[in-house]
Amino acid sequence: MAVQTQPAAIELKNVTKRFGEVVANDRINLTLRKGEILSILGENGSGKTTLMNMLSGIYFPDEGEIIVNGQEVTIRSPKDAFALGIGMIHQHFKLINILTAAQNIILGLDGPAQLDMKKIREDIKALADQYGFELDPDRKIYDMSVSEKQTVEIVKVLYRGADILILDEPTAVLTPQETERLFQVLRNMKKDGKSIIIITHKLNEVMEISDRVTVLRRGQYIDTVETASTDENQLTEMMVGEHITLDIERTEPVDPHRRIDVRGLTVRNREGLKVLDNVSFVAKSGEILGIAGISGSGQKELLESIAGLQPGESGQILYKDPQGNVEELTQKTAKQIYDMNIRLSFVPEDRLGMGLVGDMDLTGNMMVRSYKKGKGFFVNRRQPRELAEDIVNRLDVVTPGITTPVRNLSGGNVQKVLVGREIAASPAVLMVAYPVRGLDINSAFAIYRLLNEQKEKGAAVLCVGEDLDVLIQLCDRILVLSEGCVSGIVDARKTTKEELGLLMTSGRKKASRETVKENPQNGAVSTGAAAAGSKEAGHGRD
Amino acid sequence: MAGTKTGTKNVLHMVRRSDMNRGKALVIRLIAVLLSLSVCALVIVAITGENPLSVYSGIAAGAVGTSRRVWVTIREIAVLLIIAVGLTPAFRMRFWNLGAEGQILIGGAATAAVMIYLGPVFQDWLLFIIILAVSMAAGMLWGLLPAVFKAYFNTNETLFTLMMNYVAMQIVTFFVVLWEKPKGSNTVGVINQTGKEGWFPQIAGQQYLVNVILVTVVTILVFVYMKYSKQGYELSVVGESYDTARYAGIDVKHVIIRTMLISSAVCGLAGAIIVAGASHTISTSTAGGRGFTAVIVAWLAQFHPVAMIATSGILVFMQQGAIQIATQYGLNENASDIITGIILFFLVGAEFFIRYRLELTKVETGSAVGENK
Repeated sequence: MAVQTQPAAIELKNVTKRFGEVVANDRINLTLRKGEILSILGENGSGKTTLMNMLSGIYFPDEGEIIVNGQEVTIRSPKDAFALGIGMIHQHFKLINILTAAQNIILGLDGPAQLDMKKIREDIKALADQYGFELDPDRKIYDMSVSEKQTVEIVKVLYRGADILILDEPTAVLTPQETERLFQVLRNMKKDGKSIIIITHKLNEVMEISDRVTVLRRGQYIDTVETASTDENQLTEMMVGEHITLDIERTEPVDPHRRIDVRGLTVRNREGLKVLDNVSFVAKSGEILGIAGISGSGQKELLESIAGLQPGESGQILYKDPQGNVEELTQKTAKQIYDMNIRLSFVPEDRLGMGLVGDMDLTGNMMVRSYKKGKGFFVNRRQPRELAEDIVNRLDVVTPGITTPVRNLSGGNVQKVLVGREIAASPAVLMVAYPVRGLDINSAFAIYRLLNEQKEKGAAVLCVGEDLDVLIQLCDRILVLSEGCVSGIVDARKTTKEELGLLMTSGRKKASRETVKENPQNGAVSTGAAAAGSKEAGHGRD
Repeated sequence: MAGTKTGTKNVLHMVRRSDMNRGKALVIRLIAVLLSLSVCALVIVAITGENPLSVYSGIAAGAVGTSRRVWVTIREIAVLLIIAVGLTPAFRMRFWNLGAEGQILIGGAATAAVMIYLGPVFQDWLLFIIILAVSMAAGMLWGLLPAVFKAYFNTNETLFTLMMNYVAMQIVTFFVVLWEKPKGSNTVGVINQTGKEGWFPQIAGQQYLVNVILVTVVTILVFVYMKYSKQGYELSVVGESYDTARYAGIDVKHVIIRTMLISSAVCGLAGAIIVAGASHTISTSTAGGRGFTAVIVAWLAQFHPVAMIATSGILVFMQQGAIQIATQYGLNENASDIITGIILFFLVGAEFFIRYRLELTKVETGSAVGENK
């Protein structure tokens, strides 16, 4: 075999990984050149993370070769990976909260019994300066924001001498400013000769940072292209496998009237911090009210307050039914709201942790909201079973059967089950939080269609979203939350992403100045907030 | 490449199985049982130097050799089963009730009290009912405390229920001294030996048939409750996630307390079955660790009633057999514990092989040893 003058940093040949009958990676070929940034692009479930986990020693490939720096290697553990200079920064950080950054960085390394912490600190500082990180080695992890924790993870692998870095969706938790800073660091590393793989499904980031793009689809290798010679439309098509029109049909609201009236709602969390501050708004029947904001600005608490899952401190929540009767929902529990016969459906953010019961089958999950129906001591399973079958058929849920525990379904199918159930109750109010998170493009559009259908049937739809482009296309009005305050309610047909972005951060300084007096910890909370919403969509449109 | 030693070697990998069905799982479990029996025999043969066949026949004789022994084995299976059944609702709710031992003891003590103080007063049928009611109430009391603290203060139920066992043990110690008979023996002796007041009645001449009927009825009731009732549905939702339960409009506190009351009532009833239906005495070893063995029985059976009968069956069979072997070959009572340990080792090990399989893969050696930094 001809020896290349400059062997690739990593070469994968026909790598296959199966989980039971599922082929997560099917004969994948991939080359990472030295000193380049390679994006791996693919929808959820396309096998990006599995592939990278084989490089970092977490999984072991069933077939195929891994060649690092021109040598065929066997990577059986993360230790082997480090020995080869491969370091992975996982999506979920693997840090110990009560230790300092420096302690986390050296954790697990061989060393003398007596540690020279002074030298370790200096080494870490030197690394940070070299690439442009900001990092205090003596800070405890629990004091850090998400982006600082990520920095610790990156320095951790650099400290171990990695010259091939793999980052799994590093920007998913960062604000736009933090993302920009990370990209600058990545460019510095590239200049220094490091080879970098970045896993993402955000097209604009692919275009911005990478030299080349490798596209995976459903475990298959599709192609590798030079970033400079492609565009977002072409990448989308490679990713999805078909040309799709990314338009959401929006109808004019028909006969809107007040359905939910929130007046001066203030909510404190367990730590006593104000998570909602004097929030007032009206949600009307027959319209979709979008709720935008940096993640952690009170969206979750707002929906949960209306659903009766979050007791408020002050303020009022009123419900006006289609006949015009007004009921007070303030301080009611979910059970009381159910007993009042109010058809209020809620798709919470945490699907398996709140909306569904992971270990139960589809039928059991259909019963979550309706098991109390009917008199008597025993449950009726027939109707839920029919509903489960109906949802599986109507929404194309991919499942071996309705007796499969929902935990075993993929994210998109879990969401279809949950949304399907909530819509089946023909709600007067439908609240959804991040309804398309983790879904492939086609499923996402199926969900948008379902929301529109409910709107046309006269439900008041409240939709918390992180993708501003989608909110602008889907909603009639958009409420922007900032630090728990309503910083604006705008007409979605007239607003722009820029306007929303400004509103999302407008309350920030003002609010933090106010809350600092009450509780100095609030600052730490806000810096950790992720601003997924202000980023451009992962679903590549234009 | 120069300087790198190459060659191949085999490495073991754990691979999650996806092709497991009930039949295969059953075969694996049966293999585990057979293996555990052979290892038990080997151990006994190593100690006693006897022919393994005679050891086996000794075990069988001990467990089912005579009609009396058959009934004792059945009685013990019934007791272990009802405790496991009692634990099931709590465990399904992920409420780790490790206090069955204490709930049994306190239920047993209450039973003994009824037999001693009310035995001469009431008729047998009335006593029977009082015993059932009082033992369940006593068990409930022992379960109520940790449940209330869990529901309202989110205390750790594992430690709480465990500690309640020691409290129960001390209380029983007190009553043993109080009811001591004959004086100075430090035991209660057989209660109401002459009149048999409060003893479970004989049916068709069988002393333990009542136990079996009681356990069967309770087992069926609990499983119908778990599977078909709204309350059973509620407790499995609570077990999965408190948030989902609140979302579904379930009163979590209420369900925790209600479920634990049911669980501990059944364990208290187990105490009555042991005291009024079997030993007719009370001591600190009345529960005899069965509150913990039942935890394993319930888990291994994955809360399936038929599987629970099988697991408790094999455990009791071997224990009863071991008692026989021990007397036959002059071993002490620990022989039975050793045998239980061996069986559980294999049964738990079987669960690993049901979920995973080991695979040999050939890999190049030397290649992973890259240049260290």
